[in-house]
Amino acid sequence: MTDLTSLGVREIRDGVANGAFSAVEVAEAFNAAVAAAAQLNAFIVTTPDHALEAAKKVDADRAAGKELGKMAGVPIGMKDLFATKHVQTTAASHILEGFKPEYESTVSQKLWDAGAGMLGKLNLDQFAMGSSNETSYFGDVANPWRRNDGGNAKLAPGGSSGGSSAAVAARIAPAATGTDTGGSIRQPAAFTGISGIKPTYGRCSRWGIVAFASSLDQAGPMARSVEDCAIMLEAMAGFDPKDSTSLELDVPAWAESLNADLKGKRVGIPREYRMDGTDEEILKSWDDGIAWLKDAGAEVVDISLPHTKYALPAYYIVAPAEASSNLARYDGVRYGLRDLPEKAGLQDMYAATRAAGFGDEVKRRILIGTYVLSAGFYDAYYTQAMKVRTLIQRDFEAAWEKCDFVLAPTTPTAAFPLGDKLDDPLAMYLNDVFSVPASLAGLPAMSVPAGLNKDGLPLGLQIVGPAFDEQAVLNAGLAIEQRAGFTAKPEKWW
Amino acid sequence: MSNYRIQGATGEWEVVIGLEVHAQVTSKAKLFSSASTEFGAEPNAQVSLIDAAMPGMLPVPNRECIRQAVRTGMAIEAQINKWSRFDRKNYFYADLPQGYQISQLYHPLVGEGALTIDADEKVGIPEDKVIRIERIHVEQDAGKLMHDQHPTMSYVDLNRTGVALMEIVSRPDMTSPAEAGAYVRKLRSILRYVGSCDGNMEEGSMRADVNVSVRKVGDTELGTRTETKNVNSVRFVMQAIEHEAQRQVDVIEDGGTIVQETRLFDPNTGTTRSMRSKEDAHDYRYFPDPDLLPLELDDAFLEDCRASLPELPDAKRARYTGELGLSDYNARELTAEVETFARFETLLAATAKGIGKPEKDVATQVANWSLSVAPGVIKALGDEADIAHATAERQASILDMQAKGEISGGQAKEIFEIVLKEGRDPAEIADTEGLKQVSDTGAIEEAIDTIIANNADKVEEYRGGKDKLFGFFVGQTMKAMQGKANPAVVNQLLKEKLG
Amino acid sequence: MSVTREEVAKIASLARINVDEKDLDHMVPEFNNILAWVEQLGEVDTSSVEPMTAVIEQKLRLRDDVVDADPLTGGGKRDAILANAPVAEHGFFGVPKVIE
Ligand SMILES: [Mg+2]
Ligand SMILES: [Zn+2]
Repeated sequence: MTDLTSLGVREIRDGVANGAFSAVEVAEAFNAAVAAAAQLNAFIVTTPDHALEAAKKVDADRAAGKELGKMAGVPIGMKDLFATKHVQTTAASHILEGFKPEYESTVSQKLWDAGAGMLGKLNLDQFAMGSSNETSYFGDVANPWRRNDGGNAKLAPGGSSGGSSAAVAARIAPAATGTDTGGSIRQPAAFTGISGIKPTYGRCSRWGIVAFASSLDQAGPMARSVEDCAIMLEAMAGFDPKDSTSLELDVPAWAESLNADLKGKRVGIPREYRMDGTDEEILKSWDDGIAWLKDAGAEVVDISLPHTKYALPAYYIVAPAEASSNLARYDGVRYGLRDLPEKAGLQDMYAATRAAGFGDEVKRRILIGTYVLSAGFYDAYYTQAMKVRTLIQRDFEAAWEKCDFVLAPTTPTAAFPLGDKLDDPLAMYLNDVFSVPASLAGLPAMSVPAGLNKDGLPLGLQIVGPAFDEQAVLNAGLAIEQRAGFTAKPEKWW
Repeated sequence: MSNYRIQGATGEWEVVIGLEVHAQVTSKAKLFSSASTEFGAEPNAQVSLIDAAMPGMLPVPNRECIRQAVRTGMAIEAQINKWSRFDRKNYFYADLPQGYQISQLYHPLVGEGALTIDADEKVGIPEDKVIRIERIHVEQDAGKLMHDQHPTMSYVDLNRTGVALMEIVSRPDMTSPAEAGAYVRKLRSILRYVGSCDGNMEEGSMRADVNVSVRKVGDTELGTRTETKNVNSVRFVMQAIEHEAQRQVDVIEDGGTIVQETRLFDPNTGTTRSMRSKEDAHDYRYFPDPDLLPLELDDAFLEDCRASLPELPDAKRARYTGELGLSDYNARELTAEVETFARFETLLAATAKGIGKPEKDVATQVANWSLSVAPGVIKALGDEADIAHATAERQASILDMQAKGEISGGQAKEIFEIVLKEGRDPAEIADTEGLKQVSDTGAIEEAIDTIIANNADKVEEYRGGKDKLFGFFVGQTMKAMQGKANPAVVNQLLKEKLG
Repeated sequence: MSVTREEVAKIASLARINVDEKDLDHMVPEFNNILAWVEQLGEVDTSSVEPMTAVIEQKLRLRDDVVDADPLTGGGKRDAILANAPVAEHGFFGVPKVIE
């Protein structure tokens, strides 16, 4: 019998549906793989019972001849930013340690309704702030990939969805949820040789997802194929009246409509993305990507996104500003940590609780955010950043006159060793230089594996499409996937 | 101009007052969650996950709250902003679970408007005065802290958290406690007419933040102001101003300066004091709430709001004095409260219909009945009265009988008394209790003839020119008729018979 | 623009995060590095640009005035509300005594 953990979403779903194996067998196989992979530290808590119960229900439904959901029998990892009812939800922070929500996030509920089960809550950067999964209160996540130099240096799995990327790359989950604020799905996907898509802002409900930066946060799937991403995104997306920014649109049949024939399509190559300091191998893989898309029938056009350079600094004003306010609710009154020094008053309790409960990166961003919103600085920083955001949006609007989607690298480098950039916040922020513009403009964007670099580490290519056109992004991703022939997987060391 | 002055040691001072009134919007559910707004529930029983600011919770605005705020804006003839936006006001407090209040700073829903407070010589408002209103914005209410239930802890109840408020901000156009009192009363009346706030100040449905500064008479620059928070009755608003203005004058005259600060009113002492908990200078870091898109209203929505507006207090008063011919006093009294005019108008319609005359012909009779006769009877009866018995039909029936001369004013009161106690039909009461006037000329003539026969001397005097004796004959006749004769008929017959 | 140690301490206090001298030692330079870097935004001419108001062009939806329309947005769930509270007594959240 095939090793069930080598299978992806569609293979599992179809195998369960046609009786090749049972959902319970699948759940047990992944539960075992998860239990054996503790060294990766991909999960904060595991929930084997949840996976098993969901599988039993799917098997029973199948036996009863009921119609099965899009994700029936597929056990997945859930980023620990999604509230899961009665299952600890921490955002990888100490301040939420032990918090068990009395509610289920819309996206996770949709996945359970579609027949998926939960293997556990995946580690991440604390409050999704970070690009290496080193800011988690529950420890670093190790990238399952290692350099081919014989060294055992642990590498970053990317962030913030680093537990998700590591789990999917290590085959301990066929797929996982991620969230992307400035690149948190795409960058870890690139670092671990998997696929991930951030849909148009508003496609997936934000209800029940611990907020980082409300105007940027979007959930999306991470899996090992474009098709698996499409299937899972269909299960996650959809209008939610509980989220004011939720798009009131039907969910298209993305998976069924996948088409790698790009004849008549134009791919835009933004010249501003050829930045100084970008890894030569990254540039080379970009050229490969251009050639593959040409081969798939697309016409290549040179485009300009003139404000690209300003996207990252604008992001590092807007995201911390929103975060400083979104994270004000963690105050030790209604849930989570309370640190009450002797004789402390209410305000002292807040300051002590938040000092003890937040990690350094979270504090750093709260302080920056507090500063840029404070009296006298608001216009110079926040308003200016929101104006630049308008310009970035306009850049893309102009680009869509000339092309149907954009191709660019996902990241400026391959995965780096844990600890490498920890002392230099700015160097860490630069990881998101290619992913942030699409986030600021709310556009659908995806990373797919393009190959390995000379160190044997995966590199990703990014496709950005116009708002609402996830199909264009998925189709281009599929065309690359078919030509890149990326079959490499990390050698098991955990 | 009001002539309210504070006599200081260094001269005369005047006071400048602006009010920020927080009015709870009448709605079933909260502004951003579907938890109930009902008053008086068990602690934290009406709290949603959203109100408690659980991680990942999001706000979705309640259309009714927006509609009521727009209607209120229209009622004060204010600019309605078709494009507005919610902002976050960030600060930390135990009654504020999110760590921010969703409010509107930069782009409020309602812009410039005004209301007119009515002249009232008695309290020093010589003429009608327009008070400008700067804006009305919509925001969330905070929760409640209980300080005296535990020795070392305060208790937090979030039932009020997220209830919709309108913050109605006046210009500093008021110059005396009386004007401020009149403003709050007028505003309350408008809100209640519109139905956008129940105006129940005891339950906290309306609270005022009172901004007060003082300056020497003749100065044009404004002095430093203080803001006294959450004053919850008209009387307290006036007391807070009186105290605060006097305090400021005292401070300045003692060589001190006024600090711009937040103060608290103590209803027990009628004084204000600095609020310790709000001492540190706030930097609210307002910014647009990224969970909410801009609020855009279309013409259909605005048209619906406008079409649903009732006749407002000023217009109603003008109609009462103009069309209905009521006195200024009656018109003002009848239009002050929603319940009063509603009862009056129902009774007026029923009475006019019963008598078969236009409303204006019976309006004064109904007004007098509503404002003095009926309340007098009710008050005299005290606990014996069951107001529920006093339906419009029953009262109209009494007024009808009175207008037709079937009963006297005194009988009307007696019948109403029985109605209030027993809920019986007035016509039936008049019949069975003998509470009817006799208009039958035969019986009255008989009585008059007897009186004339028995008082020949008085008749002589009267006929000799002593007109005043007419009253004597009326009295004698009424007495003989046991008070039940129709006075008009008595008068007429006496005149005929006495010659 | 560069911020002083005192200013960083003030911002931390505004954000209700206790910091000690040791924290400030590394926070102040980090803070100034980041600020200096984001200030390149000042180069962009935005004089004729409006700040972004909606990421994706759409209108704010308003909901109907219905009590407890959905258990996830409604009240009447005190136990769930208090379930994770560090201190809950008699149906209230407890906090250190506040003097107003
Ligand atoms: Mg105020
Ligand atoms: Zn207010």
